[in-house]
Amino acid sequence: MLESLQTFMTDYGWNILALIGFSLLMLVVLLIIIAFLLLMDRKVWAAVQMRRGPNVVGPFGLLQSFADLLKFVLKEPIIPAGSDKGVFLLAPLATAVFALASWAVIPVNEGSFFGLASGRWVISDMNVGILYLTAISSLGVYGIIMGGWASNSKYPFMGSLRSAAQMVSYEVSIGFVIVCVILCVGSLNVTDIVNAQKAGIGTRLGLTNSFLDWHWLPLFPMFVVFFISALAETNRPPFDLVEAESELVAGFMVEYSSTPYLLYMLGEYVAITTMCALTTILFLGGWLPPLDIWPLNAIPGIFWFLIKVVLVFFMFAMVKAMVPRYRYDQLMRLGWKVFLPLSLVMVILTAAVLQFGGFLS
Amino acid sequence: MASALFFYVFAVLAVASGAMVILTKNPVHAVLFLILAFFNAAGLFVLLSAEFLAMLLVIVYVGAVSVLFLFVVMMLDVDFAELKAGFIKNAGIGAVVGGIVLAEILAFVGYRGLTAASSLNVASPVPAAGSGITNTQALGEILYTKYVYFFEGASMILFVAMIGAIVLTLKHRVAVKRQSIAAQVARGPKTGLEVIKVPSGGYVIPPAGKHPEAAE
Repeated sequence: MLESLQTFMTDYGWNILALIGFSLLMLVVLLIIIAFLLLMDRKVWAAVQMRRGPNVVGPFGLLQSFADLLKFVLKEPIIPAGSDKGVFLLAPLATAVFALASWAVIPVNEGSFFGLASGRWVISDMNVGILYLTAISSLGVYGIIMGGWASNSKYPFMGSLRSAAQMVSYEVSIGFVIVCVILCVGSLNVTDIVNAQKAGIGTRLGLTNSFLDWHWLPLFPMFVVFFISALAETNRPPFDLVEAESELVAGFMVEYSSTPYLLYMLGEYVAITTMCALTTILFLGGWLPPLDIWPLNAIPGIFWFLIKVVLVFFMFAMVKAMVPRYRYDQLMRLGWKVFLPLSLVMVILTAAVLQFGGFLS
Repeated sequence: MASALFFYVFAVLAVASGAMVILTKNPVHAVLFLILAFFNAAGLFVLLSAEFLAMLLVIVYVGAVSVLFLFVVMMLDVDFAELKAGFIKNAGIGAVVGGIVLAEILAFVGYRGLTAASSLNVASPVPAAGSGITNTQALGEILYTKYVYFFEGASMILFVAMIGAIVLTLKHRVAVKRQSIAAQVARGPKTGLEVIKVPSGGYVIPPAGKHPEAAE
């Protein structure tokens, strides 16, 4: 018995324990970062509207998110009498779990984790990583649909119907954008996608490795399409019709309170951060420094990754603060009649340029 | 050992959720169980190191098809008592259809067998061990060479089906005011605005359906 346990531990056990440890570390760091991103979102929004924003809890309101967390957890969860209780409680959980699951394949840096033998900067460096990300992000819609249906109420149901159509529509163009990037890289591995951006337009012009090599420059139209589709996919303003307070009160979240609401909110912000990270990886060179010269390339890659994610998130926050909400038919038109043909043409164009431009070895 | 453990977990869950799809009374729950069954099937694909197929299963079936199932089923106003009465009535036909499908699967497996000899005739996307070729690449290499006509044929059928669905549902209603974004964007001061000189002491009558003109 003891021997078989020993062989099990040497074969699987330590790997599993290391995996759990790294996953927990990733989760904790991610959640702390998201707590501050949430505060940043509110601060940016407030600054644009010339308000102060949250400034009471802690210095400059830095602890506001943690105060909110405590408030949500300590309040009483209210479950409507007419609701489908199982699905009602499963829905926010699904949102949060699916959103967090996508971080399993996102590499935040390259190489080993502080020199540890079994440590990497990515939990699972699988060879179909980008497909995994697409798959998991397409599941985010379930939390919303299930919540809207299980609430057994009008506004949540309207919100969930809107979200089902909206998220499926914009997934199509996101898929084509990702296909464009994959064509340029030649691999579905997320780490390979970043490493492929070490050489590009800049190095072809004879410059040192720099931000001109990243995919945002050759695929600029796709970069814009991806950014806008990411806003729609995560139900961020100006595409937040799922929870448009002027029309649907709070959409699918109307009946939720306390911890289930917290899980929805958490899932939403994790999904937004995932989209920021995905933009960083696909177009902004992941952990690569903007200029490959001495003081910049000595800084660890995780720092550059975080800076870029925060920058993209800042763009998300600015869009939220400045752009008015779309009308629903305009949203559908933009997705199906503008982005879909545009991204389809770009896929064909990218493939043609790669094939006939002599970029394929 | 670990993969055997995961196989049993995925297999048992897939079969159990498949059974729950037809046993549960609420159609929305049935769709949710169907999604769980898809997930476990994807897990089985991963265990077969067919991770590309697993991801496609989740993207296509869970991410798109089941969303539309759920969308439709949620809109239905289902009377559970009526549904239950229908179960007894249709159980016979269902059993016959299910029996035929089961017999066909058994016959197929019995005839072809899953033997090495029969699989030699079929090109399979299994890369040789240690060749460094990923599952995705191996799949592409036979799909776009040996089976390219089947692949293109399948895509043509899907394309025709898509156009058919659009043609069947597209209605050009006449009395509806539509927004033409291109016309709105193209509209400038020259086309959208007209300065009319109103004679002092006179008046202007805009003729119906035409641009207003200055009256004498």
